[in-house]
Amino acid sequence: MGRLSWAAIPFDVPVVMIAAGSVGLVIFCVLALVTVKGWWPYLWSEWITSVDHKRIGVMYVILALLMLVRGFSDALLMRSQLALAAGHAQGYLPPEHYNQIFSAHGTIMIFFVAMPFVVGLMNFVLPLQLGVRDVAFPVLNSVSFWLTAAGVLLVNMSLVIGEFARTGWLAYPPLSEIAYSPGVGVDYYLWSLQISGLGTLLSGINLTTTILKLRAPGMGYSRMPIFCWTALASNLLIVASFPILTATFAMLLLDRYCDFHFFTNELGGNPMMYINLIWSWGHPEVYILILPAFGVFSEVVATFSGKRLFGRRSMVMATMAICVLSFMVWLHHFFTMGAGADVNGFFGIMTMIIAVPTGVKIFNWLFTLYGGRIRFTVPVYWAIGFMVTFVIGGMTGVLMAIPPADFVLHNSLFLVAHFHNVAIGGVVFGVMAGISYWFPKAFGFTLNERLGKAVFWCWFIGFYLAFMPLYALGLMGATRRMQHYSDTHWQPLMLVALAGAVLILVGIALTGVQLAVSIRDRERHRDLTGDPWNGRTLEWSTPSPPPAWNFSLLPQVGQADEFWAMKQQHGATQERTALRAYGTIHIPRNNPTGFYLAFFAVLLGFSLIWRIWWGAGLGLLGGIAVGLIQAWRTDGEIAVSAEQVAALEGLHGAKEAAV
Amino acid sequence: MSAMEQALAASDAVPLSLRGPAATRVVAGYGFWLFLLSDIVIFAALFAAYAVLSGETAGGPTGAALFDKKHVLIETACLLASSVTCGFGSLAVQSADRSSTYCWMAITFILGASFLSLEVSEFSHMLAIGAGPSRSAFLSAFFTLVGTHGLHVSIGLCWLVVMLLQVATLGFQPMVSRRLFCFGLFWHALDIVWIGVFTIVYLGVH
Repeated sequence: MGRLSWAAIPFDVPVVMIAAGSVGLVIFCVLALVTVKGWWPYLWSEWITSVDHKRIGVMYVILALLMLVRGFSDALLMRSQLALAAGHAQGYLPPEHYNQIFSAHGTIMIFFVAMPFVVGLMNFVLPLQLGVRDVAFPVLNSVSFWLTAAGVLLVNMSLVIGEFARTGWLAYPPLSEIAYSPGVGVDYYLWSLQISGLGTLLSGINLTTTILKLRAPGMGYSRMPIFCWTALASNLLIVASFPILTATFAMLLLDRYCDFHFFTNELGGNPMMYINLIWSWGHPEVYILILPAFGVFSEVVATFSGKRLFGRRSMVMATMAICVLSFMVWLHHFFTMGAGADVNGFFGIMTMIIAVPTGVKIFNWLFTLYGGRIRFTVPVYWAIGFMVTFVIGGMTGVLMAIPPADFVLHNSLFLVAHFHNVAIGGVVFGVMAGISYWFPKAFGFTLNERLGKAVFWCWFIGFYLAFMPLYALGLMGATRRMQHYSDTHWQPLMLVALAGAVLILVGIALTGVQLAVSIRDRERHRDLTGDPWNGRTLEWSTPSPPPAWNFSLLPQVGQADEFWAMKQQHGATQERTALRAYGTIHIPRNNPTGFYLAFFAVLLGFSLIWRIWWGAGLGLLGGIAVGLIQAWRTDGEIAVSAEQVAALEGLHGAKEAAV
Repeated sequence: MSAMEQALAASDAVPLSLRGPAATRVVAGYGFWLFLLSDIVIFAALFAAYAVLSGETAGGPTGAALFDKKHVLIETACLLASSVTCGFGSLAVQSADRSSTYCWMAITFILGASFLSLEVSEFSHMLAIGAGPSRSAFLSAFFTLVGTHGLHVSIGLCWLVVMLLQVATLGFQPMVSRRLFCFGLFWHALDIVWIGVFTIVYLGVH
């Protein structure tokens, strides 16, 4: 069994055992419920094997929500530890455990919360906005999702079996080398991210192809919705940057497993090369996450102002400028490396330049709101909260772009406050706006507005309470990743930060309440028209939820905001209920390939982590077998007859007429 | 009519970007192009690592002492020739000519396998004289860069066998032809990467 033995399970650490036990209990209860109720066939055929981009998008978002709870509990542990561990008090988390917690928190929040949130939204929305029936490669899409899920499973296994990395979320060598991290923690980190990273890369290729090759007739690039543009930039960045991550991790794995010397201290290895490589993925990654959020805000602001987006063309140019520039700023993550004044100067200036297109965007949103007939719905709350918060985060970023200032602020809590300011104020707010905006499209009813606003206020105020003190603490000299501090003057601010984290916890809990209440009241909030917000883009021209094939007839696009123009000309209902000649539609058949591949990927990853070589061989062979079976599958599509299509459209027309 | 001719014929009508969803063959080829680009980014990272570490021999053997340029030249000739035969194979696929597909692809396989065996003999010689990847950062980077290319060639050979089996069992249906088209792209891309390896690693030796 390689290195695996009963000693790998930390029976002597009550915190871990209680957490793992309760998670195990919840999973057991859910599985039991599903079995007792006989839901397995439904889950298997409607979700697990589904290759429908809408279902896959929803599964990504659910996965991200679950992992948000996991990542956030790490955050609460850290905040409560730091609220206690001042002066002579040591808190309740020993350093080696604390190190695992901050490493897991960062890894999970970026790779398994932010990424699946963003990829899930893009998956759900893109084909609908582009006016097409699915993504370019539906089966590959399912494979991408399940590989991400495989990575998630591995990361969570590290909680109970063995340990997680103690190296920080980017596992810098030489600390992450086998000489200094001999345990399985770094291996858990590397293999889970290699597997999920492959899923992300495949998804990036898939969505890029979708945007560039599959659009409704007439939808030229100048007519494409802004969210599609931002998604295009984001997926191009995935295609260009995730391979760097894969290569870098592969080199570190070779160092750890096969005694190579890429990043070791001895025999010519160069640890700083790892840091350069990882950030030439890492900085584009920042924009992979934020650009789709910018896209969400663009859609939300235009829709709820009842206006065209101000400066559409400049918005597109700003997006693509960020896409290119994001590859030219990576060194600002380590000005202190000592590359010299010229190099630091160049990257400092590039970093300031990349703030310009972002500024353009802020003004575009403001001018869209200006003079608009604004409806203050939940997505608009998030959008305005974002604009206020993100500007602060942007300004602290530009501050740190000045190399001499960065020498003071590097690795301080000021930095931690900065990136949480843009990650929460930008990505999380954007995702929350997107979820409440597109939820009715996915499920056919709107979310509870009152509770949605309560969630917003918890996150908004909670964010300021939790992170503004960290700016101050950082300036006072507090460093990141510290488990204890001796200066008790810092403690009051640490307590404020804890209060903020608790408030965000309330917000997360209220999200659960909001979902439950909205599902309970769904009949009252049905979206019968398919267009609950008086939207502008094509996704709102479909019924809610849309049929598996999205569009019974592909729309003909004549301008940007096509659906809005359609409504101005005909009135939406009239347009859609008119008798039309439907044809047979071919939709992709359910396919379990992704699920089986993920199973073997988990087996492979787990075996490699524990050096169980026969298990690794089995996982690899299993994966190849699944691939070969898929290669010989010829029944990839099922036909939906014109009558079935007409029946669904007629039903939707009747519902709409009743409104 | 090929997609290209169609595009030219309709060029005065609707611009390509406005014509609606592209044909499956175009979409599949495009997606595979993107995959190849991402694969080339992996090689770019490995090239960068090699460039940084190529002087870090840690007192061990240098490239000049290890590389046999004649050996590598024969290797290169095999791989480049296999690209030519693969091209003829693709023409045979386009005309759905089963026997000449088998013939050209079999030659492609043999040339690819010869390349691989020459590479393996180079590697095993180096390992035998104690110049393995653990000896120095330079050798780590060398074995990873060249070995990753070799791994791609091996995967390509397996893929080729699978594709010939597909032709045998499924015939030239659109799905199979699309995959053979993608295989062709993959095989030529490996050539391009090898030209980089040959130039930077073997000719640029120091």
